[in-house]
Amino acid sequence: MSRATANKRKSAVVVEIGGVPIRLHCDNAVFLEQIEERYAGYVSSSSHAGVDFEIHLAPPDTASGDEALEVKWESGHWLMKRGDFRAEWNPYSLQGRIEQTINPFSLDSVLRIVHTFLLAREGGFLLHASSAIRNGSAFLFSGVSGAGKTTMARLAPPDVVVLTDEASYVTRRGREYFAVGTPFFGELARVGANERAPVEGLYLLAKGPVNKIEPIDRADAVRALLRNILFFARETDFVEMVFDAAFDFVDRVPIRRLTFTPNFRVWEMFI
Amino acid sequence: MKPSLFVARSKAIAARGLGPETMVMSATNSTLFTLNEVASVIWRSIDGTTPLWEIVAREVCANYDVALDVALEDAEAVVRGLAQHGILILSEKPIPVAIGSSRADQ
Repeated sequence: MSRATANKRKSAVVVEIGGVPIRLHCDNAVFLEQIEERYAGYVSSSSHAGVDFEIHLAPPDTASGDEALEVKWESGHWLMKRGDFRAEWNPYSLQGRIEQTINPFSLDSVLRIVHTFLLAREGGFLLHASSAIRNGSAFLFSGVSGAGKTTMARLAPPDVVVLTDEASYVTRRGREYFAVGTPFFGELARVGANERAPVEGLYLLAKGPVNKIEPIDRADAVRALLRNILFFARETDFVEMVFDAAFDFVDRVPIRRLTFTPNFRVWEMFI
Repeated sequence: MKPSLFVARSKAIAARGLGPETMVMSATNSTLFTLNEVASVIWRSIDGTTPLWEIVAREVCANYDVALDVALEDAEAVVRGLAQHGILILSEKPIPVAIGSSRADQ
């Protein structure tokens, strides 16, 4: 190996979530190190990537924290912008560009949005839910903020593999749905395990005096699922894909209500 | 005499039947609506060119024990409510293009 090659600075990092490698190019080595640290466990050693983003860093004082997220389809690109980033992505060439300040959490938002696009095409989705694997099966725990998503992850016994406490990555392979680990975390502030397992069930969380699992009817299940699927784009085709995914998921995966008291015994119901 | 009301489904929606009900989501703001059995019957018959009164007479009054004026008043309230959310388009003239997607019939 020549010295020139050996000293060559890294110019990109490949982050692979849900089996989708996304190469992030940036000429700022410090930021690339931040990305590697932020996505530890999801950084691929392979240079292969299906999606490429060029990241251009803007000075910190250019961020405007109060600008709401906007996602729209324009001229063959998805455009995404918020106070702290502007991004565009071409879903056909799979190339994109991000302008942001040196903050890995801005990139985090772009990655979440792009994964919702990628997942929708194959009938999957990102869900406001914690998820975990036990004995080869994945359990999803969904609910609004404060419902207990992070609590379920915190209470998980040692043999349980926590995939996320915030945004569950649900993919479809044939007729089966899988939950996949993500680096997207909530209050737990911990990257999920990079593992996957078939989904055993989705549990809608409610806190109560006793632990119990109850069936819910199909219409309530669809409504609850649609309330908790993350989707940012408002284009009809995209909304229809998400809508179809929700109905298909409800047809194939048991959805139940889990009322629980926040202590470790709740996990006795998931073996 | 009140003018006829014509109704078409917006393009910016996703809709699916769920048993006797229909779920409709607005693509513009993600609002989710659940139509009951009777509203679903009307929903499936909406084509932009058949007056609402005719749909109500043919699909509602012929199958449910309700007078036309009562059923029509209820149906108008429903369609006007959905139109306010951008789910339906209303006009006093036929709406020539079939605006609703075929998927909305499912």
